[in-house]
Amino acid sequence: MTPIHTVTDDELLANFMERIEAGEKIEADDWMPEEYRVTLIKLISMHGISEIMGALPEKEWVPRAPSLSRKLGIMSKVQDEMGHGQLLLRVTEDLLLPYGKNRGDLMQDLFKGDLKFHNVFHMETKTWADAGIIGWLVDGAAIITQTNMLKASYGPYARALQRICAEEVFHAQHGESIIMALAEGTDEQKAMIQEALNRWWESLLMFFGPASKETTGSSKQDLTIKYKIRTKTNEDFRQIFFDKYIPRILALGLTIPDPTIRFDEESRLWTYQQPDWEEFKKIIKNKGPRSQARLNLRKTSYEYNAWVRDALSATVT
Amino acid sequence: MNMTESTLDKDYKEAVISLLFQLADDDFLYAYRGSEWLGLAPHIEADVASSSISQDSMGHAAMYYKLLEELGAGKADDLAHIRPSSERKNSILTERANGEGFYMETPLYDWAYEVVRSYFYTQAKKVKIDSLCQSSYRPIAEAAVKVKMELYYHKLHWETWFKQLLNSTDVAKQKMTEAIARVMVDFGDVFSYGNQKQLIEKCALIDTEEELKSNWKMNLDPVFAVLHVEVPAIPEKAVRNGRNGEHTKDLDEALLTLSEVYNEDPVAIW
Repeated sequence: MTPIHTVTDDELLANFMERIEAGEKIEADDWMPEEYRVTLIKLISMHGISEIMGALPEKEWVPRAPSLSRKLGIMSKVQDEMGHGQLLLRVTEDLLLPYGKNRGDLMQDLFKGDLKFHNVFHMETKTWADAGIIGWLVDGAAIITQTNMLKASYGPYARALQRICAEEVFHAQHGESIIMALAEGTDEQKAMIQEALNRWWESLLMFFGPASKETTGSSKQDLTIKYKIRTKTNEDFRQIFFDKYIPRILALGLTIPDPTIRFDEESRLWTYQQPDWEEFKKIIKNKGPRSQARLNLRKTSYEYNAWVRDALSATVT
Repeated sequence: MNMTESTLDKDYKEAVISLLFQLADDDFLYAYRGSEWLGLAPHIEADVASSSISQDSMGHAAMYYKLLEELGAGKADDLAHIRPSSERKNSILTERANGEGFYMETPLYDWAYEVVRSYFYTQAKKVKIDSLCQSSYRPIAEAAVKVKMELYYHKLHWETWFKQLLNSTDVAKQKMTEAIARVMVDFGDVFSYGNQKQLIEKCALIDTEEELKSNWKMNLDPVFAVLHVEVPAIPEKAVRNGRNGEHTKDLDEALLTLSEVYNEDPVAIW
């Protein structure tokens, strides 16, 4: 008689890590270590809710967009962002299943401050050029980090990112088109872009996160690399961003609002003025310029129309 | 009669322009009100779907403004952005605010009102578009065929919401009933051609006001019958007739927002 072999957690883990190393995709129903699940939940729920909260600053410019075609462009763009939020929260919901949590719980986590949204979406928008900078450089930055995860070990996330990244490319083009029109326009329009760039520069550097956890006390990058969710570090991303966008920004006749920034030929890296990471810590704790206003907007509408969700559940049962 | 631009006589051209302004301004304001909901709908799927409808509707407005531009009425962007409220020809229903508060702050928008306004407006748009597909003015007929394809989905979407909410909790029924009453107060000019009624109807650009009203009711009858509710009566006379440039302060506020950046420099390229 063959003795029954009970698979131990260590064996499950070893098998799981072998699959990760072999580049296999992990699916929602597969066994996964708690640490992997929790890392994914944090990453994807934050990504998803950031798409949804990110619609709010841009939405401010949707009706004000200065022509019919710009109105159509930005309406389509913000709608895409909501669609990304929907895709990503669906992926998160599957991961949350063992905890008995759902999308409603994620919303409550957001309102309580337990679920964070991206630092850029806590900032104020002041002119139409901000809508351009968000599309061109914020979405441009997002493309850099997200395309790095197109081969993420978690299949459902990798597949959602395929579609998201394809649409983000259009968004960056939409933003670039707004900026190009302003750059070729009147002196006032040109000044508008420089002011917007000055306003957003520090947020753009913060977008990629601190270089190491020593800067802010925590960072998920080590875990996401260990589990092959991504391959590059925060600083790698920031350097790629500089490589790609600094020449383009300068070509438009704009000035980078950092007099110290330079490319070091020896290290092949950009040296630059660090953003205020203390400020970053405040922002991600919902203490940024527009954090509370945007949370309040989302929360008020969510609660004011709670009767609709109640009504839909009642119809189903 | 099948007219193209080159053969337009003066009266006919005036009728086409008047009708196009009504169609364009209606969709422009309807799309604007819809876009104020972005990020605020009761759930994310509803947000994605309704913002898609707003986007389509803005596209329809853009198409009508372009037809006006081709008729020499002015540049499409100027027509959309710089005409004062006294020159606007949209119905009162489309300009009405979504609820209390400004979209940039923390507004209290009522989803029941959004569903009823959108459903009744979409049904009204459908009977107009069905008729416009046979318009004597070919460019309008061609535009209507394109709109019709998208409108099918808009109607399906809002009809689903309308039926579900009226067939659910007491709270939902109550809110929907109140929303129906609020929408109907403003429904008096939806099918009106205003002072241009005779001219527009004579030119066979679209069915008469009475035919459209009757078709609207006929389309709604089966939906209401299932819900055991009467189709509400369209007011005989509009309190204000948007088709004649009579509007509420809601429109002035909407236009300030819609034109804010454009008016910074209307001749610049944005």
